[in-house]
Amino acid sequence: MKSRIICFLFAVLALPFPLLASLGGDVTSVEADRVKMQGTLRTTSADSYTMHEIQTSTGVAVKEYVSPTGKVFAVTWRGPFHPDLRQLLGAYFGQYAQAVQDQRAQRHGHGPLLIQQPGLVVQITGHMRSLWGKAYVPQLLPAGIHAEDLQ
Amino acid sequence: MKPARLQRILALMVTGVSTLTVGCGGTSSTSGGGNGGSGSTSNVQAITVNAGPAGGYVDGAFTSVMVCVPGSTASCQTVSGILVDTGSSGLRILSSALTISPPQQTASNGDPVVECLPFLDGFTWGPVQSVDLTIAGEHAKSLPIQVIGSSNFSTIPASCSSNGAPENDLASLGANGILGVGIFAQDCGTACTQSGASNPGLYYTCPAAGCQITTESVANQVQNPVSLFAKDNNGVIVELPSVSGSETSVSGSLIFGIGTQSNNGLGSAMVYTLDPATGNITTTYHGATYTNASFIDSGSNGIYFLDATTTGFPVCTNATFWYCPSSTQNLSATNQGANGATASVDFVVANATTLTSNATDAAVNGIAGPNSGMFDWGLPFFFGRNVYTAIEGQSTPGGAGPYWAY
Repeated sequence: MKSRIICFLFAVLALPFPLLASLGGDVTSVEADRVKMQGTLRTTSADSYTMHEIQTSTGVAVKEYVSPTGKVFAVTWRGPFHPDLRQLLGAYFGQYAQAVQDQRAQRHGHGPLLIQQPGLVVQITGHMRSLWGKAYVPQLLPAGIHAEDLQ
Repeated sequence: MKPARLQRILALMVTGVSTLTVGCGGTSSTSGGGNGGSGSTSNVQAITVNAGPAGGYVDGAFTSVMVCVPGSTASCQTVSGILVDTGSSGLRILSSALTISPPQQTASNGDPVVECLPFLDGFTWGPVQSVDLTIAGEHAKSLPIQVIGSSNFSTIPASCSSNGAPENDLASLGANGILGVGIFAQDCGTACTQSGASNPGLYYTCPAAGCQITTESVANQVQNPVSLFAKDNNGVIVELPSVSGSETSVSGSLIFGIGTQSNNGLGSAMVYTLDPATGNITTTYHGATYTNASFIDSGSNGIYFLDATTTGFPVCTNATFWYCPSSTQNLSATNQGANGATASVDFVVANATTLTSNATDAAVNGIAGPNSGMFDWGLPFFFGRNVYTAIEGQSTPGGAGPYWAY
């Protein structure tokens, strides 16, 4: 029993830090996301990035794009629900939530979301049970990568 | 310790945690259906495109509903300023707009059930309660609805607020409520009956100690009210007149049922069935095809499509969610259903800043904005068209729902 507790503690200490980093975080945060979302992970490589696709148990396909320097520069998702955006947007979640509230005042109604700030772009679209999203940090995009091409 | 073992332990830890956050299966009884009683049923509800109860809304269709404490003819209230939304399912009313006190839905252990519903631009949080709904001559008895922003459940769990920003008051919602009359019979469906990690986390039980995600039976979920009508329950038609430029308001109708009465036949409308995986149709624009990336939604306040680079229309300087072309654009696209039905759609994109410069204009044709890789045919699409939304699994003269027709 004692050894199990020690083992448990070691497991906690061994978690890659920062645990809650995804967009803007390093590649180890992808695994933290997979664990949090209890999904399966598939990795494919392109010329200037690596794409990690997490299929969550709620049926959402989450893709995290990692640059050659090891930073997550974009995330996308498609599925019947949102993934945990606090987990997925990591350090950018607060900025995102504030931007949504700021935009409401001038928006005059509801519709797809488009946050376009110098350091953060978030697009969320779709309808009930069919939600698509994309978030990226323009400064982190590898050379030659266009955000429109990331799906 | 080997990494594989560490992973197993981590997986166990996570499983253990999530098991703690579910449980509490089953909920109290609610009875569906009910009979309106009298013979002829009025199925026509007036709707108005106006500035809405908060003021300043552009391109939202509003209506009113009568809600009663179930079984009561005295504890009743008419709530106006309810947004008509074919892009969601379920009736949601702001707590601040309610003067009656509907009964709270409880889980089998007696804990109150509270919902977190994600939208595109935020989420609503509030308890699931039960009302008898009357709209036009239609009745939905013991209808589970969401009461948004109740002070009894003011603490929003982190797993709910992770959806973004709350829309729990009049200022952020822009309406006293949302009448979701979309393609689904409930807002969540079977996913919310699953326990563990497969549960998307829309329903919670909230004892005093705090809220935890729970399973919710399909029957107890917030229901598309149309599904609970005794008749005219297979879908709706939204009918709005043509709008040229900007007008203060326009009036139209929300008609219940498709092919159930003399006033709701399909006529010459073409049925577009949906891709089952996405609930979308396909749109072709300027030679490019956007497969299963297009939908029709009265709850979106513009036609949102593609992006500035692809369309060539600049976004507005102070409103990057809208297009601001220098001159009005008369455009055409082609919609295609999963059934192969294909026809062209004419639509207008105008300068949104100019269109909305007169603050009293709330019905505006030409509002459009970016929506990368997708087409969201919002309320301006409905101007001058009769748009049918058929509910999943319901039979109609045009085949079984879900589909859109126009």
